[in-house]
Amino acid sequence: MTKITYVDHNGASRTVDGIDGESLMETAVSNLVPGIDGDCGGACACATCHVHVEADWLDKLPPIEPTEKSMLEFCEGADETSRLGCQIKIGPALDGIVVSTPVAQH
Amino acid sequence: MTPNEQTVLVVGGGQAGGQAVTSLRSNGFDGRIILIGADSMLPYHRPPLSKAFLAGCLPVERLFLRPPAFYEKARVDVMLGVCVTGMDASQRRVTLGDGRELEFDRLVLATGGRPRPLSCAGADSPILHYLRTVADVEGIRAKLRPGARLVLIGGGYIGLEIAAVAAKLGLLVTVVEAEPTVLARVTCPDVAQFFEAEHRRAGVTIRCAATVTGIEQVGSAARVLTADGESFGADLVIAGIGLLPNVELASAAGVTCDNGIAVDEFCQTSEPGIYAAGDCTQHPSEVYGCRLRLESVHNAIEQAKTAAAAICGSAKPYRQVPWFWSDQYDLKLQTAGLNRGYDQVVIRGDPDNRSFAAFYLRDGRMLAVDAINRPVEFMAAKSLIAERAVIDVERLADDRIPAQALASR
Repeated sequence: MTKITYVDHNGASRTVDGIDGESLMETAVSNLVPGIDGDCGGACACATCHVHVEADWLDKLPPIEPTEKSMLEFCEGADETSRLGCQIKIGPALDGIVVSTPVAQH
Repeated sequence: MTPNEQTVLVVGGGQAGGQAVTSLRSNGFDGRIILIGADSMLPYHRPPLSKAFLAGCLPVERLFLRPPAFYEKARVDVMLGVCVTGMDASQRRVTLGDGRELEFDRLVLATGGRPRPLSCAGADSPILHYLRTVADVEGIRAKLRPGARLVLIGGGYIGLEIAAVAAKLGLLVTVVEAEPTVLARVTCPDVAQFFEAEHRRAGVTIRCAATVTGIEQVGSAARVLTADGESFGADLVIAGIGLLPNVELASAAGVTCDNGIAVDEFCQTSEPGIYAAGDCTQHPSEVYGCRLRLESVHNAIEQAKTAAAAICGSAKPYRQVPWFWSDQYDLKLQTAGLNRGYDQVVIRGDPDNRSFAAFYLRDGRMLAVDAINRPVEFMAAKSLIAERAVIDVERLADDRIPAQALASR
């Protein structure tokens, strides 16, 4: 099972089992992890699934595509560790990944 | 009665209903919440139904807005496959399809809409389908065979998205549209013609300015007839000609309706304590200075949040620039705003590059944008529309200026 850890803006941490092929956003929503909205259901159309990826894990992720990059620029507090959770698919290579969620997605 | 002894009923288990129950709890409502949905499934995402789910690329379990565990954890009583057949606003009571009655303190009408039915001859043909629910898609998917002839009645978003999926699956697809172009109500001719060209390139036949007058059974297949005498052979016909808001429950109960259940900026209806959210509502638009009915995920979510906040005593007026998206082939169309009344279109980028934006202006201010594979233009336009900014048209059209610089932030 691929373990995904979500840390909220208060520092509280939740580790869940991710299903290969599902996204970090879906995994959070399915496991009732707060802090990620994913309003558009994963269509890369709303930028409400913004996460910060822990430094060690950034380069283990698939490269960021132009659409995701563009949408991220409009997220509050977006920086070089930012990704959209709906664009990151779970797989064995991400076992143990830690991401943190912002104060708000809107 | 203290708030945590109250009962809130949410009528409708779609996007707005699903969001309403979530938002009620996150706003701190501690009383009883009952979600009543006519569909037999928990609330689910509707957009994939004409996209990945239709294509068979997404298992049904991944459609749910929230997993079943969410409703248990949130202590939401869920009643699925149940119709609310009557409402007594002053007695604060609804009647269910099986005759049971439920009392409420507050109610959110999230009844959504139903596909507008065809009214021509042969509209009762078994070969004709509509696409709104998972059950609809399951009925259609079985008939999506390579080489089958699919006729789509209506060249709106639904028709075009289905066309894209079906073309990729090897069907012979024809779109029949009554207006002079596809997407006529929502886009300018440049954008409409761009999409027509894309579909034609994928092998789809597009026939505009063609009104369907009948569907004629021919053995197990059919012929779709148009007013000018043309006919199209079909093994499957799907009509996507608009949505009718489900206002009947509200209007029978005396709630004011006008192209939707009429609400104010707090999603309050004409009956105190009864709110409405989503596709079923007609609401005031601060941005456009008129009343609107919107059919979009964003509106459903934001109105549900507004209604929930109002019920919980933290009312905030709904003030949103509408936005919407449509995925066809590898094209991502993101639309912000409504272009009604535009007097100028500014194109940024080159449609031949399949990445461009069409901005709609009126009196020099931005009304809306259609952004095709241009997410930055889409996001920037949302602020420009909200601010009713006067636009420097030259800068807008100049693709050398980064789109991020267009929005004042």
